[in-house]
Order: sequence, then structure tokens, then C-alpha cells
Amino acid sequence: MLRFFLSRIAVLIPTFLGVTLVAFLFIRLLPGDPVEMMAGERGTSPERHAELMARFGFDRPWWEQYASFLGNVLQGDLGNSIVTKAPVLSEFLTLFPATLELSICAILFAILFGLPAGVLAASRRGTIFDHGVMAATLTGYSMPIFWWGLLLIILFSGILGWTPVSGRIDLLYFFEPVTGFMLIDSLLSDQDGAFMSAFSHLVLPTIVLGTIPLAVIARQTRSAMLEVLSEDYVRTARAKGLPTRRVVGLHAFRNALIPVVTTIGLQTGVLLAGAILTETIFSWPGVGKWLIDSIFRRDYPSVQGGLLLIASVVMIVNLLVDLTYGLIDPRIRHGR
Amino acid sequence: MAAEIATRPPHPFVEGWHYFKQNKGALAGLIVFVAFVLIAAFSPWLAPYSPDAQDRAAVLVPPFWQEGGSTAHLLGTDAVGRDLLSRIMHGGRWSLFIGLVVIVISMSGGILLGLCAAFARGFVDTLIMRVLDVLLAIPSLLLALVVVAILGPGLFNAMFAVALVYMPHYARLTRGSAMSELQKDYVTASRVAGASVWRLMFRTVLPNCAPPLIVQATLGFSTAVLDMAALGFLGMGAQPPTPEWGTMLADAREFILRAWWVVTFPGLAILISVLAVNLMGDGLRDVLDPKLKRS
Repeated sequence: MLRFFLSRIAVLIPTFLGVTLVAFLFIRLLPGDPVEMMAGERGTSPERHAELMARFGFDRPWWEQYASFLGNVLQGDLGNSIVTKAPVLSEFLTLFPATLELSICAILFAILFGLPAGVLAASRRGTIFDHGVMAATLTGYSMPIFWWGLLLIILFSGILGWTPVSGRIDLLYFFEPVTGFMLIDSLLSDQDGAFMSAFSHLVLPTIVLGTIPLAVIARQTRSAMLEVLSEDYVRTARAKGLPTRRVVGLHAFRNALIPVVTTIGLQTGVLLAGAILTETIFSWPGVGKWLIDSIFRRDYPSVQGGLLLIASVVMIVNLLVDLTYGLIDPRIRHGR
Repeated sequence: MAAEIATRPPHPFVEGWHYFKQNKGALAGLIVFVAFVLIAAFSPWLAPYSPDAQDRAAVLVPPFWQEGGSTAHLLGTDAVGRDLLSRIMHGGRWSLFIGLVVIVISMSGGILLGLCAAFARGFVDTLIMRVLDVLLAIPSLLLALVVVAILGPGLFNAMFAVALVYMPHYARLTRGSAMSELQKDYVTASRVAGASVWRLMFRTVLPNCAPPLIVQATLGFSTAVLDMAALGFLGMGAQPPTPEWGTMLADAREFILRAWWVVTFPGLAILISVLAVNLMGDGLRDVLDPKLKRS
């Protein structure tokens, strides 16, 4: 078991180094040299320029620069934002809970509706329900989610007036963040209506971000179930006279779950990419919106740090999925 | 004589079409997609107005069935009085053509890299695959955004970025199929007969790797259209006043609560074309993937 863990982690190291190299090259590939870029439109005198080049180490060969960059990254120093002057890592960490809360809610939403839809569609194969689920999920899968968000705003915020258009909570409420998750913090704050406000702000972004994972999970569950339902042990269970619900729910579902768990895990990258669009539409103060704003403000150290951190999060989650997969299914652990 | 003809297997294309058309969804997807392409191609003649013509007397006119709408502008007009239907028809030229170009670039690059990796083996193979792993570890839209941040916003830079992001998928697929083809006798025979590496790569091996690549290209087309629209929406892709669908949505955002039609129709065009291509891709996969083929 330990060997399995270690081998999976070892595979990750070159990829992580590669991602740091991409992040490092990002700043170097920008047109113009970095000092001119930081100086902005004011420009600098040639002496000052040379001094700054030396201070930031831009006059050294690139591998030395990369080595010191990597050293800083490993110590948690991702540089400072050009705009706010604050360390990139701390900016990321203040905003990340918002993205995390949204992503967790979105994936829960996707599982909550996707799994049952897939199971029911498989157990009623060929019926109108099955075709309906397949059509709906293919539509969800093809959805430009930025447009989907705008449509939901038109319907629920514009016409029905049920939900707010942007932000995480009404400005009426204020409390110190404890967990960084608005839903929990609002409950802890004990203010009337704070939780409902946080909840109503979260509903539409959750639906928008959860739509593609929902479609993928439902389709994957359906096909995994169909495969399992044709297995011998399912036929045996049916032949024993067990009720269908027990056969589908217990015998088939548990075995179909393994590929589905992987699918759910692999949606992390999709979620984080989707968060960039979702957060932009709903002005959700998370890392996705921060990244887009940083690109527009030409705050390149923030973009670099954001790229590195988001890619790291995706890699870590994929690793965790891999490891849990090994825990659930001994065939993966021992097979080679 | 007649029996001899009857036993001859049908041409692969004929056989494929036979299976493809049994899949009603795929057939519907094909028809819708062809219709979209035709409308886009002939938009200068079909569209009632020029995409840039502004009618200052008719700003934010609703579609014809709603109160205040008129049949002069079937789907209404946008904030500067441009006819929405005409813009969407012209936009098809941009959005669909962009998708095509992106696929061609990323597929050519991916095929070349994949073939090189499969033929070179050893160090070159490991190097190429490691680099691709790194690109795959970064969420696609994020990577595309970063590339656009380097190159600067604009249609061509965005196209290049999205093409680069999807290249690893084609490279991996090509490498995988090429590796298994290289084991086969016909490749050895060709090599013994003195075929050059280039001939082996492109004439002998590549055609036999085509089926999964065709499926991936079809499904990749829809992702490319979506991602390019997303970049346009974020202001990183095509720039206004280009009638690209994603860019149109970005323009329309501020009127979202006043004029639903400027937001709804361009997005609907994206959704329908992507949906059609996905349906088509599913059908193609059933036909071309022998493992799933109905016997």
C-alpha cells in the first residue's frame, strides 16, 4: 500500500516541476523586459533600469533565475502583486475559500441530481425517461456556461426577482470570517437572515458551475450501471427473486460506483476552469475572478502565482482521487 | 457472377454511413450542422442586413412576436440598432470557421508530436510526453487565458492559445495508436521494403490511426467553439465589433435585464451548433470505434 502511495506521488514531482517551469517562463515570455513592464508607462532611466535588473536578478542566466524562483516557491514565496503590493500567496488564500465553497456546492449539486438520474435512466433503459435524461445531459454538456448563467439571471433575478445578481452576501450583514465559507460563517454570526442571504447568493452560481459536472456524472453513471446490470451476479440476484429495487440499489449500484467516483474526481479541473467564468458572471469574489482581473490589470506576478496555485490544486485533487481509487479497488493497487 | 459481387464487402465509407444514419440523433446533428454551415457561408446573401449596419431609429427593438417588435428585425436589434439575426448569421462564419482552424492547427501539431514520440521512442518520447503531461495538468481555459495574456488579446492569439491547449490530446491519441500499429507486420514489411521514415509515418501508419482521431476532432470542434466563445466573452478573443457569438454576448451583458433577446439568441446559436456537433461525434464514435460497433 505504501509503495502504491509513494509511486503515485513520485510520478507527480516531474509534472509539478514542469508546471513551475511554465509559470516561470510565463513572465519571461511576455513582450518587453520585466522591469519595463513593472515601470509601466512612466518608464525608467537607463541607470535605474540596470539597477533594478540587477536587484531582481534578471541579469543572471535563466537557469539561476529559475533555481531561485523554484526555491522561493517551495518556501511559499510567490512574489508580490504589482497592484496591491501584497504577497500573491496571501491574496490567493483569502479568496480561495470563496471558490472552494462554490466548487463544493456545485459538485454536491451535480452528485445529488446526477447520480439518481443516471441510475434511474439505466434501470429504465429505452423509456421516455431514459431518452429525456440523455437529451438533457447532452444539452447540459454542450452548454456555454457563461450564457447559461446570464439566462438564469434573466429568469430568476430579472423576471421572478428571487435571487440577487452578484456577490456572496447582502451588504447589510457583516461578520469576521471564521471558516471563510459564507454559509457556515453566516450561521455562526447569529444574525437574522444572514444565512438565507448567503444561500440565495449561492444558488445560481452553484447551478451554473454544477451543470457540466452534473451532465458528465449522469452519463457516466448510466453507462456504468448498464454495464454492471448485464453481469452474471445481477442475473443471479434477480433469479433469487430479490426485488428490483434491491438489485439495482445494492448489487449493481455499489459496483457501478467505482468509475463514477473517478469521474467525479476528474471534474475538479473542469470546476476550477468553470469557476473563472462563473465567478466573472456573478462577481463572485473568488480566485477565478481575481485571475481574470489580474490579467486585465497586467498584474503578472499574480497571474503567475494563480496559474501555479490553481494547477497545484488540480494536481493534488487528482492525486487524492487516484489514491482513494486504490483504496476502494484493490485491483488497481496491486495490478501493474 | 452476381454472387461474386454480393459477397464483396461494402466500401468502408458506405458501411460507416449505413451505421451512422441508423443513429437518429447523429443524423439530426449532421443536418443541423450542415444547415448552420450553409447559412454562415451564404450569410452575405441570406442575411437581411449588413452585420455592422446601425439603425439609430431602431435601438433595442424586441423580436417580432413581442410587443413593439416588427418584422423588419425578426430577432430584434442590439444597443446600437444592429439587426441581431444578421449578426448571428454572419457570426457563424467567425465562430464555426474559428473552430475549424483551431482543430486543424492543434490536430496537425498533435499528430506530428505523437508520431515523433512513437517513432523515436526512448528519450525523445519521454521528453515529449512529460511536456504534454504538464500542459494537461493545467485546466484548459486557464492555460488558454495565460497564453492570451502573453500574446495579448485578439482573435488570432486566442485561436493559437486554444489550439495549443488541445494539442496534447491529439498527440497522446496519435502516439497510442501509432505504437500499436508499429508492432504489426505490415509496418515491418514496409520498412524492410525500404520505405523512408516519412513514408512510414504518413503513408503507412497514420491512415490506420485515423478513426479515433476523427472522433476526437469532431468532439474537439465543439470544445474549441465553446472555449473560443468563452474567451470572446471574457474580452480575450475576438474584439468588438466582430460578430463572433461569444463577443456578442459580452457586448450584450449590460442590457441583460432590459433586453433579454440580445443575450438569448447568440448563446442559443452557440448551444445549438455545439449540441449538433456533439450528437454527430457520438454517432461517429459508434461507427468508427470497433470496440463499440454493433455486430
